[in-house]
Amino acid sequence: MNNTRRNFLKVAGITALGVAAGAGTAAASYLPHYDHMTPKPERLHAKRWGMVIDTRKFHSAEDYKPLIEACHIEHNVPEFSGPKEIKWLWVDSYHHAFPMAHNEFMSEEVEHKPFPLLCNHCEEPPCVRVCPTQATFKREDGIVIMDMHRCIGCRFCMAGCPYGSRSFNFQDPRKGLKQENPKYPTRTKGVVEKCNFCAERLAEGKMPACVEASEGKVLFGDLGDPNSEVRRALAENFTIRRKPDLGTNPSVFYII
Amino acid sequence: MLEKALTGDKRYWSWIGFLLVLIGIGFGAYVVQYQEGLVVTGMSRDVSWAFYIAQLTYLVGVAASGVMLVLPYYLHDYKKFGNLVVFGEFMAIGAIIMCLLFVIVDLGQPQRLFNLLIHPTPNSILFWDAMVLNGYMLLNIIVGWASLEAQKKGVPYAKWVRVLAIVSVPFAFSIHTVTAFLYAGIPGRHFWLTAIMAARFLASAFCAGPAIMLLLLMIVEKVANFKLGKEAVATLAKIITYAMCGNVFFFMLELFTAFYSNIPGHKASIVYLFSGLEGHAEMVPFFWTASVLAILSLCLLIPSRTRNSKPVLIFSLIILVIATWIDKGLGLVVAGFIPNMFEGVTPYTPTGLELTISMGIYAIGALIVTVLWKIAVSVKKAAA
Repeated sequence: MNNTRRNFLKVAGITALGVAAGAGTAAASYLPHYDHMTPKPERLHAKRWGMVIDTRKFHSAEDYKPLIEACHIEHNVPEFSGPKEIKWLWVDSYHHAFPMAHNEFMSEEVEHKPFPLLCNHCEEPPCVRVCPTQATFKREDGIVIMDMHRCIGCRFCMAGCPYGSRSFNFQDPRKGLKQENPKYPTRTKGVVEKCNFCAERLAEGKMPACVEASEGKVLFGDLGDPNSEVRRALAENFTIRRKPDLGTNPSVFYII
Repeated sequence: MLEKALTGDKRYWSWIGFLLVLIGIGFGAYVVQYQEGLVVTGMSRDVSWAFYIAQLTYLVGVAASGVMLVLPYYLHDYKKFGNLVVFGEFMAIGAIIMCLLFVIVDLGQPQRLFNLLIHPTPNSILFWDAMVLNGYMLLNIIVGWASLEAQKKGVPYAKWVRVLAIVSVPFAFSIHTVTAFLYAGIPGRHFWLTAIMAARFLASAFCAGPAIMLLLLMIVEKVANFKLGKEAVATLAKIITYAMCGNVFFFMLELFTAFYSNIPGHKASIVYLFSGLEGHAEMVPFFWTASVLAILSLCLLIPSRTRNSKPVLIFSLIILVIATWIDKGLGLVVAGFIPNMFEGVTPYTPTGLELTISMGIYAIGALIVTVLWKIAVSVKKAAA
């Protein structure tokens, strides 16, 4: 009897260990994929990545086109028109971009100019707060990013985002691709996606695609470093952010 | 006791057959949506939750309504509800299963549903919503079944049944509170960002849910020759009346805050519902209908003379259900997204496929409630 019980305990113990080990591996496999990689030595890092857009140097929607194209080609962003479209970087009018900053008798130029819109990579991102699976999370360097393989497509983040920065793949996104960049993954239907501050390029020591295409009109750097180019630009210019009263603390600044 | 569901007259079986056909059609529509993606719905980048999530919101209220019987019966020992309480618990089961199904059909990647449990996320209200919904469902299954079994055996229900029933009371409140928090906790959506959201949800749940239940029970009374008890009906009607008063009052509080403060963002969604925004007036006829029906239902329910007349009561309950459904099951979710984050209007209308899938889910709920209620009626009749 005793013998049987001991055997049973042995087997049970080993099984429990096995299950625990299995669960451990399973859990590890669900870690964000960055955690499995050894970063390249040339990678760029920052305490908190931020973007400063000098809107004085852009005059029409045409001026933003190269930036949008660079972004959308780099990330295989599909082209669909209509209310189910996908966009990472796009332009809209002053009133739409800054709905809480209405001003009467505004400068004609500013009022009619387009402004580029993208994910603000907030310090306090509501999308991260509401995501039920941690598919959207904030990295230590401030980039708010998505794990497309974990997203269940509940779209709570879209309800939560006060900037309309997220798109949902209502249909198979590959149907909207004219050409495919094999270096960046395409997505499946049923997941949410958005701008990732080109985290994959930063990992290789490159600046974001839109920054590169802007030829100096968009600055990108470390908001946590008082000597960085972005901090200097913020100290020297008048800048605004989208909906600052919501307390999300966006990392994208607009020089007006 | 399950075998009681397998014996029935022709009417019972043709009703079951009819529901099965509807479920089949709904399922077929879902297969299409599963393959094509949510592109087959009327939802968009701007209106990213719509009809499905609105039904979840409404049905959570229907589920929570069982507590309006459980609370007086188990907590205040109000014996007159003894005959009805199990119906409330069983209806809650059907309603919650519908809620869960509406979440599942709304997911872009439903096969990843269990990521909710694999990666428990305490900061997400959706996680807590799943917890309390499933908890409440479990409590209702256990309590409902155990008390019915006791009745079958002709013995009083066990002490632990009463304990669980009382535990289910805060759970009922929490399912609707937590569902309200899905909306009330996000910045930038003025229409939802209101502290009274949970209270509004509870008030509308405690009138609409019992109203649906009472209407269905009256049908049962007819087809199954089953006595509800006059006093029980009168009390339930009173509860519905008080809750509807609260519901309308709370909505008026929203109107005051929005229009007296005169802040554009707070007014915009309400203006969209009642008079349209930027030329989009899809919801206007519905919302005026809801308002008129809500007030009319109160006019008929508050005076005891009209409330105690059965035909008037039935009419009032029907219009009350329509009014509350338009409010929660149609307007609340969509109006939260209109105007969008850029002060524009992207209108939403559900597609045929969306409605077909929803019909299928409602049929599943009806099937569950029919079967469970059939069992309850048979047991009660045999015990009597």
